[in-house]
Amino acid sequence: MTAGAATIDSGALLVVSIMLPVTGMLAVIVSPARRSEQVALVILAASLLTAVATAAEVLRTGEPIEYLLGNWRPPLGVALRADGLSVTLMVMASIVLSCVGLYASGSYLAPPDAHHSRSRTVFWTLLLGLSVALNTAFLAQDLFTLFVALELLTFSAVALVALDGRPTSLEAALRYLLLALAGSVFYLVGTAVLYGAYGRLDLSGLRQISRDDLATTFALSLMMTGLLVKTALFPMHLWLPPAHAGAPAAASALLSALVVKAPFFLIVLLWTGIAPRPFSVIAGQVLAILGMASIVFCSVMALRQSRLKLMIAYSTVAQVGYLFLVFPLTIGGTANLAWSGCVLQLVSHAFAKASMFLAAGVIAEVMGHDRISNLKGTFHAVPITLTAFALAGLSLIGLPISGGFSAKYMLLTAATEIGAWWIAGTILVGGLLAAGYVFKVLGQALAPPAEGFAAARSIPLHRELVVLVLASAAIAMGFLPLDPLPFITIGRMGLP
Amino acid sequence: MSMLPDLLLVMLVLGAALWTVAARDRRSSVIGFIALGLLLALVWMRLYAVDVALTEAAVGGGATGLLLLRACARLDSIDAGKPSAGRTLQLLIGFCCAAMGVGIAAAALGGPDLPPTLAPAVAANIDAVGLGNPVTVVLLAYRAIDTLLEKIVLIAALVGVWSLAPDDVWGGPPASLKLAKASEPLTFLAQILPPVGFVIGVYLIWNGADEPGGTFQGGTVLAAMWLLVMLAGLAEPPETRRALLQYLVVFGPAVFLISGFSGFWLAEGFLSYPTGFAKTMIVALEVALALSIAVIVAMMLAGPSARTPR
Repeated sequence: MTAGAATIDSGALLVVSIMLPVTGMLAVIVSPARRSEQVALVILAASLLTAVATAAEVLRTGEPIEYLLGNWRPPLGVALRADGLSVTLMVMASIVLSCVGLYASGSYLAPPDAHHSRSRTVFWTLLLGLSVALNTAFLAQDLFTLFVALELLTFSAVALVALDGRPTSLEAALRYLLLALAGSVFYLVGTAVLYGAYGRLDLSGLRQISRDDLATTFALSLMMTGLLVKTALFPMHLWLPPAHAGAPAAASALLSALVVKAPFFLIVLLWTGIAPRPFSVIAGQVLAILGMASIVFCSVMALRQSRLKLMIAYSTVAQVGYLFLVFPLTIGGTANLAWSGCVLQLVSHAFAKASMFLAAGVIAEVMGHDRISNLKGTFHAVPITLTAFALAGLSLIGLPISGGFSAKYMLLTAATEIGAWWIAGTILVGGLLAAGYVFKVLGQALAPPAEGFAAARSIPLHRELVVLVLASAAIAMGFLPLDPLPFITIGRMGLP
Repeated sequence: MSMLPDLLLVMLVLGAALWTVAARDRRSSVIGFIALGLLLALVWMRLYAVDVALTEAAVGGGATGLLLLRACARLDSIDAGKPSAGRTLQLLIGFCCAAMGVGIAAAALGGPDLPPTLAPAVAANIDAVGLGNPVTVVLLAYRAIDTLLEKIVLIAALVGVWSLAPDDVWGGPPASLKLAKASEPLTFLAQILPPVGFVIGVYLIWNGADEPGGTFQGGTVLAAMWLLVMLAGLAEPPETRRALLQYLVVFGPAVFLISGFSGFWLAEGFLSYPTGFAKTMIVALEVALALSIAVIVAMMLAGPSARTPR
């Protein structure tokens, strides 16, 4: 019976990881604006500890952790489940959220007086809202509970896009809201059709009984389309660049690093868990083709931007495209390598992109603008931030040693091994284009300042250091061995 | 012959839907949409889904309708009331809806004659909770996590609405809801209806444990009564920074959270209820949640702060 007691204890970790930020949201709403930051930072630190503890437990036992909410067994009740992949993503999300929290602390959002409490209260409430939504998306084992997580993710993200209240950001936020809600409707209708066909919504049950018929194909196509809109894969990416570029840098970092990853994770759940053959094979091909189109088209778009934040936003669509290459690569004997490359790409992009957006925020503050053609002297003004930008850029390009390099190397190896030359070629072209847009910025920023140059304002050291920490995390991922990651396969259903 | 009323209802639903899409100006379109919501509520009644019918009438017809009418009023002051979506966008949306409709029809008609369902499992376990209304058991016992997180979604949405306020009026009251020409019948209605509506709202909440009804329907009725009073100009929306208001917003979810965690010690884990106390706890939870829902829905419809706080 001691084994049973241990399971209950570790299961509580899953409940806590969702309910801690819920508690934080409620506390921020009733606490005065000047306290909201302290409340949120304490909650973020505790969430990070919980995520690390959960990961340690999964790693120690080599088994996934499961918890039945209300002690009701699915399909009647809802289960939470932490396997190797979901705890990896939870730890990643907690690290990014904590770093962004530190970056946004102090007087970043608004001067500390009573008249400017709007952006504080809204930012900290919705930052915690994102934390609830992400952890629920990573843990819940039920299609409807996952829908609720998506809704929370969308509402929190949309309001963060509109945070600074300029008409252009409001317009971008409204367009994002309408498209994301259309995506929600697609997902929800698909879920209803699946319930009509199978009479249950729990992933583990659907996995065993899903069959190749019209209802399943239709439902899964609808759900995946809805999720693609939310994750902004080409050609449904048009809402993303203005939305991510228009938000304050701290919010952009969260949107690009984390928010677009949750719908991708759900696509993986559907594809590996429920999709029957041959639907999964065809869907995998389509997803990979859209991913390749994203990589090429949006990398070129990134290269053509004249504003730094828009360039970084287009780069997000391109880098997310790499994740979708994994689906056709899992057919052969290199499946584990391909999945490892995909997960590594997801995590290292989260760190690198968060760092890059935060760096862009610092650069815009110091230079007073973010026109790429006019960034001379940036390195002189903020050397730490620019070093971080360069390191994050290395990872996005895929130069060694970095997480991005290992990820793209693994995907490339898997692609060449099964003879998927079209995928291998796209990975290489994407790397070259990324080098183009990263060095375009670095070339300007490393140049000596023009005469009479003065920084528009000084930046607190802790903010520059946070940017560097995130970039270093992306680099550090490159020190993992270039072998399939054993950790992510713990308890993963549907993975080979 | 029993087909006839159903056929009539179907024709009416289709007519209201067509009217909503085809109406020339925005306001008629919204009125068509409200009618559609009420007709759909009747459809749900015919399908014996009384809980869904009540929710559709309260949220789909009532709350959404009011929200859209207010949006119309705001937009009319900007343009001349013409829908602004381009022809291509309209065609694209029409195509998506048609494709979805065909797909759903094909999936529904192609499925087994007796679709699989969890209803027997819900009924088989209902005695363990001790409530009479299976919908409430699903919402507050089997799938309590969804209900709890949905409340958090509502709160995030409310904060999103509030965030649209300009910085200098943050914390102040939303714009007055009072209609430009407050008619005497409306004022009269706003004076006599709230006590009745309050009783109906409380009845729905209380009764939701055993009969159709529940927190969302009851809470929305309570919100409607408050909104009616504000529309007639008999009361003004409160300042969003008021502590009482903020505590009411988080009250229901906070009680839910505490009750959920108490399950670790008192019952069999998070969100489970101690044997014999399930019904008491669920009714108490419903009352707390309905209060918060009423405040959140009303404040969401009232909109962001528009006047400087005193």
